[in-house]
Amino acid sequence: MTKENNLTPDVIIKSFKDKFKTKIIDAQIKKKPAGSEKKEAIDIWMKVDKSVFKNVIKHLCDLQYPHLPVASGNDLGKNIELIYHFTLNFDKRLEEINLNISVELPKSKPEIETICDLIPGALITEREKQEFLGVKIKGIPDDRRVFLPDDFPKDVYPWRRDEKGLEKLYKNLHEVKK
Amino acid sequence: MSQTTKTTYHIPIGPIHPALKEPVYFEFEIDGERIVDVDVKLGHVHRAVEWASRKRNPIQIMYLAERICGICSYCHPAAFTLAVEKAADIQVPERAEYLRVIQAEVERITSHALWAGVAAHEIGFDTVLFLTWEMREKLMDLTEFLCGNRVTKGILTIGGIRRDITSDMVPKVTGVLDYLKDNFERLRKIFLDDKTIKMRAQGAGILTNDNALKLCAVGPTTRASGVKKDVRVGQSYFAYGDLNIDYVTPDTLTGEVNGDVYDRIIQRLLEIKQSIDLIEQCLDKMPKGDITYEPKIAKVLNQLKKAEGEGVGRHEAPRGEVIHYVKLDGNEAPFTWKVRAPTYNNILPWIPMLKGEQIADIPIVAASTDPCMSCTNRVGIVKDGNKYELTKEELHRLSVEKTRRLMR
Repeated sequence: MTKENNLTPDVIIKSFKDKFKTKIIDAQIKKKPAGSEKKEAIDIWMKVDKSVFKNVIKHLCDLQYPHLPVASGNDLGKNIELIYHFTLNFDKRLEEINLNISVELPKSKPEIETICDLIPGALITEREKQEFLGVKIKGIPDDRRVFLPDDFPKDVYPWRRDEKGLEKLYKNLHEVKK
Repeated sequence: MSQTTKTTYHIPIGPIHPALKEPVYFEFEIDGERIVDVDVKLGHVHRAVEWASRKRNPIQIMYLAERICGICSYCHPAAFTLAVEKAADIQVPERAEYLRVIQAEVERITSHALWAGVAAHEIGFDTVLFLTWEMREKLMDLTEFLCGNRVTKGILTIGGIRRDITSDMVPKVTGVLDYLKDNFERLRKIFLDDKTIKMRAQGAGILTNDNALKLCAVGPTTRASGVKKDVRVGQSYFAYGDLNIDYVTPDTLTGEVNGDVYDRIIQRLLEIKQSIDLIEQCLDKMPKGDITYEPKIAKVLNQLKKAEGEGVGRHEAPRGEVIHYVKLDGNEAPFTWKVRAPTYNNILPWIPMLKGEQIADIPIVAASTDPCMSCTNRVGIVKDGNKYELTKEELHRLSVEKTRRLMR
């Protein structure tokens, strides 16, 4: 767990772009001022190709061991997007950076490597993504359900917006009860 | 004589469980009195709020968010508004930012006072429960005075806050703060100088700095292990960027960090003090002006309907960082809303905390992270295939007995 000083948003993006070149599809810095003195909160939104995802996280851990509050996800139609919200520099006054790394997975093969070996605290959020979005986390140490009950139908994922979503379930409750 | 072999056995605890405010299920592997392994199952109160949001507009979601939790009824709407304001690029008036800090800190003190009472109750100090809840009652009255409500506060709105604190209201606020300061010393004495509490809490449920970092713990739980992580300090949101605030960890008082239950008690007491200071700073510095960027809700909604973008709102709730992700796509309802409450991240740290502890320590160790799930009833013990149940009273009795033993 090396900690490098002076990790500014530009340094972070540059370091990723140098290492992964075109596999970093998009990177943006967003700033939002608050309070009377208009000091800014910094968000970095970075989209990466799924082929380098695991290496991106490894590289991030080498830069500075991040805090992973949660991963969220979107059903974008053809693809499923996972967004890992990291926090960096959290022990320095007003220097905290939100690093949101997103990766798109095709619905035909929604698979991604686990990051639990690098960040053990990612376990619950990865399990949640599996059951709610129907992505497959390869190599997850514990692939049981976490929030959904054990008798919840298989192959139904509440956050999906396609035929695998919840529509069927809540529209015909009488059929489910049978 | 038959030969006995020594094996471990399993006790399931929960989903209805004495130390927790909401259902969660533990399965303990026990060797005699020692806990060898722990497994946690969640989801007994999963109410699919994120899914329910798909048919609601952002203002309606505010009220849905408020009902995620009764104690953090300010934090969830706060994180949600922050996320929406980032996604739609709304600038909040300065005065509202200060008022938001005051509300957040009042909630923090209320929550920590509640926790202190529950923790005392877990180890059989019910008189302390009444003392802390007496303090809490004053804060609930203050909440009612400021918001009009005691529990679901309905105080926030997108782009501002709904009620001002006028100059004639300030004396009442400072009055409560003075009362808290006067009583803080009593609380400090009970929790930090009492021999029995020390014996129960010191060295119990240790979470090392390394584990806290790796398991992504948040809030007082991680700070008590020495990880400096506090959104209020690290990031500029609301008016926290203007205020004089620094990381608080137990070593500011004791000079060392152990990461045990005792440190988590110290941590919360220090945070009560910090919150009182923050409210005073806000009352001092608060600029004049509007309290919302647009008082007409229909106009706000109209703007949000057209907005496209995504945002992450992070707020330091009493139990730790709460984070919401919102994606707006030009429709009435947001495309995605993801909620993450602090306890979500404080589940995994329970495992290293509880390993090696005794059954009687379960309530206080589990309660020491201040979990936000709900409470009471019975524990079943499976021993050699015969299932028998430990009632809530029984487990509580075990905990109280341990305290009494130590007092002798």
